[in-house]
Amino acid sequence: MSTRSIVPFGPQHPVLPEPIHLDLVLEDEKVVEAIPSIGFVHRGLEKLVEKKDFNEYVYVAERICGICSFMHGMAYCEAVEHIMGVEVPERAKFLRTIGCEMSRIHSHLLWLGLLADAFGFESLFMDSWRMREKILDMFEEATGGRVIFSVNKIGGQRKDMDNDMIKSFVEILDGMEAHLRELAKTFLGDYAVKSRLEGVGILTKQQAHDLGTGGPFMRASGIALDTRKRGYAAYPHLEFEPITSDIGDSYARTDVRIREIFQSIDLIRQAAALIPAGDFAVPVKGFPQGEYYMRVEQPRGEALYYVKANGTKYLDRMRVRTPTFANLPGLVEVLKGCQLADVPILILTIDPCISCTER
Amino acid sequence: MSVISFSKTILYNLFHKPYTRMYPSVPRVYPARTRGQIANNIDACIFCGICSKKCPTGAIAVDKAEKSWSISRFSCIQCGACTEACPKKCLTMMQAYTVPGAVKTVDRIVQKPKEEAAEPPKAQPAAAAKE
Repeated sequence: MSTRSIVPFGPQHPVLPEPIHLDLVLEDEKVVEAIPSIGFVHRGLEKLVEKKDFNEYVYVAERICGICSFMHGMAYCEAVEHIMGVEVPERAKFLRTIGCEMSRIHSHLLWLGLLADAFGFESLFMDSWRMREKILDMFEEATGGRVIFSVNKIGGQRKDMDNDMIKSFVEILDGMEAHLRELAKTFLGDYAVKSRLEGVGILTKQQAHDLGTGGPFMRASGIALDTRKRGYAAYPHLEFEPITSDIGDSYARTDVRIREIFQSIDLIRQAAALIPAGDFAVPVKGFPQGEYYMRVEQPRGEALYYVKANGTKYLDRMRVRTPTFANLPGLVEVLKGCQLADVPILILTIDPCISCTER
Repeated sequence: MSVISFSKTILYNLFHKPYTRMYPSVPRVYPARTRGQIANNIDACIFCGICSKKCPTGAIAVDKAEKSWSISRFSCIQCGACTEACPKKCLTMMQAYTVPGAVKTVDRIVQKPKEEAAEPPKAQPAAAAKE
């Protein structure tokens, strides 16, 4: 009988951009159990709603995460808008959709780069991040920020993108798409990459459902659920289907994310063709009273925003349930039975965002 | 087949110029909307204090009596709420970023007295020197 040993993994580890700690119970090289612990980057952002004006809180909400900052800001704004009964102009809804999809592209490209780095493919990592840089430049041109955009506000957007700008963005994305096909060939066809991903960390459809996973991690196991289909921002006007795979291993998760980048480019193209002229914000008067659950599809999965307002300028409660939090039980399941050398890859395949999770 | 595609990659990389920029000698061109830092054209400022009320981090302090406007560069999050709210549009967003520093500094700008009011303040330091 083999002896059991416990190997601590993290909170500081080369593949982890953010701190999460796992105690890996090993039998020889095989992981028998993984016990996660979080709590290294808690910042108490939810408590801040009691001290910040509900309009000012947008700036805090988008600082919950540095990658999905646009969507965090937008989800908070949409929740408050629903409570106040504010009808956002159509143009603002389309601008939000374009911002969301650009965020998704840059988040997935960031993840692809991190994955390539984790299995030691440096040039693939550089190539992914070089493409991501173009998206950041586009964001800077449109909003003035590369990470924190400060462009969402309650009642609409703070900055418009004129039609020339949107057209130029679509042209840049067209060029990117061709380059991305080359990149996808390496990610999905290279045998060295395949040997690290195929058959590693299989999560069945039933497990994905029972453990309440979300996002590409869930869709790679064959569940066709996408919160965008529920219709917020301008998504009801756009045509798309959730991208799924039936395999459920690390390779399928990479495949789903790569296909989602192409889908996002297509959605931006559709939005650019449909975007109406007009205002991009409406003035908002008064204070919110009531509560609302807002669900958005972030690059990592579904995020839930709960906002409770009491009729003053300070909110009662704000709660975020982030996709990584939902995916952690799935990760623990996937780690059982894997080899120690595959642990970094498996942790990456849920695309962990610990700062989101701890807020 | 793989040899052909590999030589294509080699040739491309041999003759393609680098993707990076020779940074200090080739400066970065910022887009017009880049949020770098807040500048105040102090001569046009009326010290209404709206910017300090709108600032979500409380980085701006305005003193009407002393005609001074100060900003804590390290607290400022470059959201642009002050520049949008400024009634005289004397606050502007500059594209250049703030320089990094080891100590948190506060930039204080004081409006110089207008031409006709220029005489009395000059007299005061002289009087103080006599005492």
